[in-house]
Amino acid sequence: MFSNFDFGEIWRALPFLFLDGMRFTLTLTFLATAGGILLGTVLALLRLSGGRAVSAIVAGYVNLMRSLPLLLVIFWFYFLVPYVGQWVMGAPRPIKVGGFTSALLTFTLFEAAYFSEIIRGGIQSIPNGQAAAAAALGLTHAQTMRYVILPQVFRTMLPVLLTQTIVLFQDTSLVYVLSLDDFLGVASKIAQRDGRLVELYLFAALVYFAISFCASQAARRLQSRVAIVR
Amino acid sequence: MSDIVISLDRVNKWYNPTFQVLKDCSLDVRKGEVVVVCGPSGSGKSTLIKCVNALEPFQSGEIAVDGVRLREKGVDLPKLRARVGMVFQNFELFPHLSVLENLDLAQLKVLGRSKDEARAKSEALLRRVDLAAHAAKYPGQLSGGQQQRVAIARALAMDPVAMLFDEPTSALDPEMVSEVLDAMVELAREGMTMMVVTHEMGFARKVAHRVVFMDRGEIVVDAEKEEFFAANGNERARVFLSKILGH
Repeated sequence: MFSNFDFGEIWRALPFLFLDGMRFTLTLTFLATAGGILLGTVLALLRLSGGRAVSAIVAGYVNLMRSLPLLLVIFWFYFLVPYVGQWVMGAPRPIKVGGFTSALLTFTLFEAAYFSEIIRGGIQSIPNGQAAAAAALGLTHAQTMRYVILPQVFRTMLPVLLTQTIVLFQDTSLVYVLSLDDFLGVASKIAQRDGRLVELYLFAALVYFAISFCASQAARRLQSRVAIVR
Repeated sequence: MSDIVISLDRVNKWYNPTFQVLKDCSLDVRKGEVVVVCGPSGSGKSTLIKCVNALEPFQSGEIAVDGVRLREKGVDLPKLRARVGMVFQNFELFPHLSVLENLDLAQLKVLGRSKDEARAKSEALLRRVDLAAHAAKYPGQLSGGQQQRVAIARALAMDPVAMLFDEPTSALDPEMVSEVLDAMVELAREGMTMMVVTHEMGFARKVAHRVVFMDRGEIVVDAEKEEFFAANGNERARVFLSKILGH
């Protein structure tokens, strides 16, 4: 089966695959995770402690995002963002948004919906007495969240947050629909240019597996180190 | 009457339009006074004490703490709560912070003390409750009795004008009750103003000035300690006492 297999093809493609493709993929993953967790936390807090209207709007947003296929959202954002930008900035014509910016925006807004549900669940899992004790010490609601509730939430929810990040890492490959040079996009381009589909797609699968597997192992180890003893 | 630290004036609270948990509760706690609140479960005593630092809202009447009225417009509740220490049934230490950090947190963020100032205060209080050796540990590594003493120290770190105790020993294993009560007795003897919800009548006999008996949301008895424990007191209180004292 491997008689036709050209390992040299992969060797020659390595610089392009990793220096361009993987760098793009990892940058997108990390920035979208950071943005998603940040925005997700804000959304969760608004949903739990904002007024009725605010929490209904947030719930609507979260449910909408979670009900749409990611691929569709990537498409929509790519075509819509230039027009939204034009409207927001009052520009005479649709603004130019790079593929990377558009993808980052999409993933951040999309993942924020998922992260906000994780964080909301985490906040609700903290016993009410914790907030009461913080309030009794004179901490304001914001201080209670910042110093007492959220630190516990991030620790208990760490495994779920990391799992979501690993899923996001795999999902970034969907940007191939925008013809961006992420890891899979690069692999696919080389494969088609050289007619070496088997080599490159196999190699790509192997790399995704290795990274995701190692990351989930590391996540497990990290979890036992930051776990809260109750 | 400037020596009144906590005053409750005809406090009423409903959980819904039909269920009234507190009925016309009036009570004064003077400076340096120890008031024990007892009564059967569901009588509203925990709810009453939680109303004092506004952890529970109430619908009518008024509560004043150190001259500040809770229902007055624009009252700064966090600031008011910072001046009243509270100890909970389930300790409620912050599990992600070390013992020392538990004591430091509100001193730094609420009182605005410097790190050194807070640290010195925390360490002194931990020595006082005999837990200095455990400063770097996390709450989960301590026994229930130790955790509750940390919780008392944490409340004292704020230099409160009064301390509220909400059944501080009822979640403890029997052998740990006395170490917590001892800390509370010491506090009472130092002149701390205290309002204590508890079934520990031994504690009441030892340090209480007054005992308040609640039943079905009402303050049924509010008497000097000697009078309360005398044989000819209120009947409901007598029945309750004979039940919890086991004779």
